[in-house]
Amino acid sequence: MRWFWIDRFLEFESGRYATAVKCVSLAEDYLHDHFPQSPIFPNSLVIEGLAQTGGLLVCEHNQFTEKVILAKLPKAQFFCEAKPGDVLTYKATIEYENADGAAVSATSHIGDRLQCQAEIVFAHLNAPWLGTFFSPEAFLSMMRVFGAYRVGHAADGSPLLPPPGMCTSAKQFRDEQLAALPSGIDP
Amino acid sequence: MPTKEEVYEKIKLALVDALGVDDDEIKPQATLVGDLGAESIDFLDIVFRLEKAFDIKIPRGELFPEDVLTDAKYVKDGRVTDTGVAELKKRMPFANLDEFAKNPIVQDFANVLTVADMCRFVESKVQVAG
Repeated sequence: MRWFWIDRFLEFESGRYATAVKCVSLAEDYLHDHFPQSPIFPNSLVIEGLAQTGGLLVCEHNQFTEKVILAKLPKAQFFCEAKPGDVLTYKATIEYENADGAAVSATSHIGDRLQCQAEIVFAHLNAPWLGTFFSPEAFLSMMRVFGAYRVGHAADGSPLLPPPGMCTSAKQFRDEQLAALPSGIDP
Repeated sequence: MPTKEEVYEKIKLALVDALGVDDDEIKPQATLVGDLGAESIDFLDIVFRLEKAFDIKIPRGELFPEDVLTDAKYVKDGRVTDTGVAELKKRMPFANLDEFAKNPIVQDFANVLTVADMCRFVESKVQVAG
């Protein structure tokens, strides 16, 4: 199992907000233990999904130059349970950021119903041992898997692209994205 | 230009939200760590809230100069030296360090900062009316 707790981005505006979806499926193993005969998507994984949505938003805005760590949850309030078949829509908005980190507000909805409301504080860390786990390429890879570059845009409305130094050219990146699509799909 | 009362109310709100404490626990003499339960990562959250609320910048180490406490020049055998205390007083004119200076154990320093100190710190960064 990969530690991916969102399925894809729906919206991504650099430096402002992102929305993502998580489809809860009974095929996910852990739901059979949480709980037997009564599967409930764990709230801790909702928080992880919100943190991945907000964390990548913060990471992208600083061009993947900082190691972004979930430092604190000042607030997390849950209003209902998520169950197999539910589609959770996460929204993360950057409320404040500086050189040391960022504060993000986040919500999870099932349809129109508010499922969770949270505040997340991210810190920028520079501990050398974190390098292995927090390579910029790993974050870039997550952004691509989640489709951020398919739906994202910069603050000026132009298409979202990886930092110039992280792929040989925008055209190459675009070609790679197209090559990754199943044949017959015209984006 | 905010009044001292407005500064206090905004700081109170920031501390309530950041530390999950009740309004009535916030008193000028309350220490952030000892009385309000702040941990190291909370200071990052508090700084975010203060910077946003007052539109100010708080460089790392300005509110809580932890670099002094880890500098061998200022610390010996777990105690802040006289030079170290003088440096802390210079860096933290908003805080009353007299009590700490009597027995300057490094571990006790975390419990020095009070809500009133934080108010004086913010007042030194914004123009206060009256």
